[in-house]
Amino acid sequence: MSHATPDTATPGAISPGTTNRVHLDNGGRAPWHPLARQAFEQAVADGWADPRRLHAEGRRAARLLDGAREAVAAVLGARAQEVHFTPGHTASLHAAVASASAARRRAGSAILTSAVERSALLNAARVAGRQSTVPVDRLGRVDAEAMNAAVRVPGAALVALQHANGEVGTVQPVEAVHDAARAAGVPLLVDAGASVGHVAVPDTWDLLAADPADWGGPAGVGVLAVRQRVRTAPVGPEDEDPWAPGGVSVPLAFAAAVALQAVEADRVAQEARRRELVEHVRAQVSRIPDVEVVGDPDGRLPHVATFSFLYVDGEALVTELDRNGFAVGSGSACTASTLEPSHVLAAMGVLTHGNVRIALDRGTTADEVDRFCAVLPGAVARVREMLAVGGL
Amino acid sequence: MTCVSETVVDARGLRCPLPVIRLAAAAKGLPAGTELTVLSTDPAARFDVPAWCRMRGHEHVATVEHAAEPGDEAGGWAVTVRLH
Repeated sequence: MSHATPDTATPGAISPGTTNRVHLDNGGRAPWHPLARQAFEQAVADGWADPRRLHAEGRRAARLLDGAREAVAAVLGARAQEVHFTPGHTASLHAAVASASAARRRAGSAILTSAVERSALLNAARVAGRQSTVPVDRLGRVDAEAMNAAVRVPGAALVALQHANGEVGTVQPVEAVHDAARAAGVPLLVDAGASVGHVAVPDTWDLLAADPADWGGPAGVGVLAVRQRVRTAPVGPEDEDPWAPGGVSVPLAFAAAVALQAVEADRVAQEARRRELVEHVRAQVSRIPDVEVVGDPDGRLPHVATFSFLYVDGEALVTELDRNGFAVGSGSACTASTLEPSHVLAAMGVLTHGNVRIALDRGTTADEVDRFCAVLPGAVARVREMLAVGGL
Repeated sequence: MTCVSETVVDARGLRCPLPVIRLAAAAKGLPAGTELTVLSTDPAARFDVPAWCRMRGHEHVATVEHAAEPGDEAGGWAVTVRLH
């Protein structure tokens, strides 16, 4: 505990509470794109009414909602009528799993997932049917052969595979699994919540969930696309809008769509810029002693980097970085309310303690990344010093 | 358990990363081939001890889960490693 003045002793450090904070925890909750804010205010003024009402105000709101649906559909390679707004990404996954598997009750009850799907999806699968997990390798990539073999076994109601893992960045073989699923007549649900707005999205899906809060749009609204050929069965109480009982917020949906259009406009440039920064971070971090840089080095999201430090308390490291002005995420058990480590890191067989996860925003600068790389080795060393692990 | 106490690291009740640190401290200076078993109630240790083995070139031999017992005995894991 001999780190009396880390804020002054650390190169690049920033005092907490200043506006100079560097926020590197943008996965699933990024700052709003400026155009999303404008769109939201416009839609509050013009689209506050209930879009299901028949008067002029209602019709105006309905037009904004239709426009939002068309804009999202164009990006996803879907038809407008295939795109539904939901109360959020978790709600999208819950509803997709429940209603797609309910429609295939006669075919079977098995719901095949990779081991590294989001907890919301895994939990929904356990409720809706007989959840069956396909393992991943050390890089976090699902064994496509094993998944395809499982799809061919009679009794599969649904197969779910994320486009990319938001915790470790690894991109999954969605195309190969979709081929096998199609051949077997089993619908494929793709969780693209960590990838839409950051990389091009494949059109090899039957249901696809995307997360506005991840691409610079608002939280409190989600996107679920369901191909017209896919059968679904309503599972909750009857409602005019089964994907969002009671209807969605038009301003939130409109802001989400405008944000998506805005980030798609320069996505390729942003992808290249952030990929370079992430490669720099991964190279710099790998020079710190006793670290595992996690996830696929090549087939990965451009903006996510994850690493685990041996003999480091994840909670202490997140706190130490926060004191130095840097907000980061962690999959370590001590940083979770459940005290369970990240099921993603566990499934990969990588170190779960001492974990740090960063997701670069479109606004994250090279200078901010350099400052993070300058501060991190000292922060790790101070946390290790507290645990007296020298020489182990 | 007393007869093998020298090769057992009792890290029950300790949270990550302390079980792995206790194991590493116990392993220090022991000859290759020694088997050590770490007892832990922390759910991270059953993943992190095999990862430590991989990073340090040791061998993960086995992981045995102990269910929680009625009374006060909490559930946990016994992870055995062979030092190289």
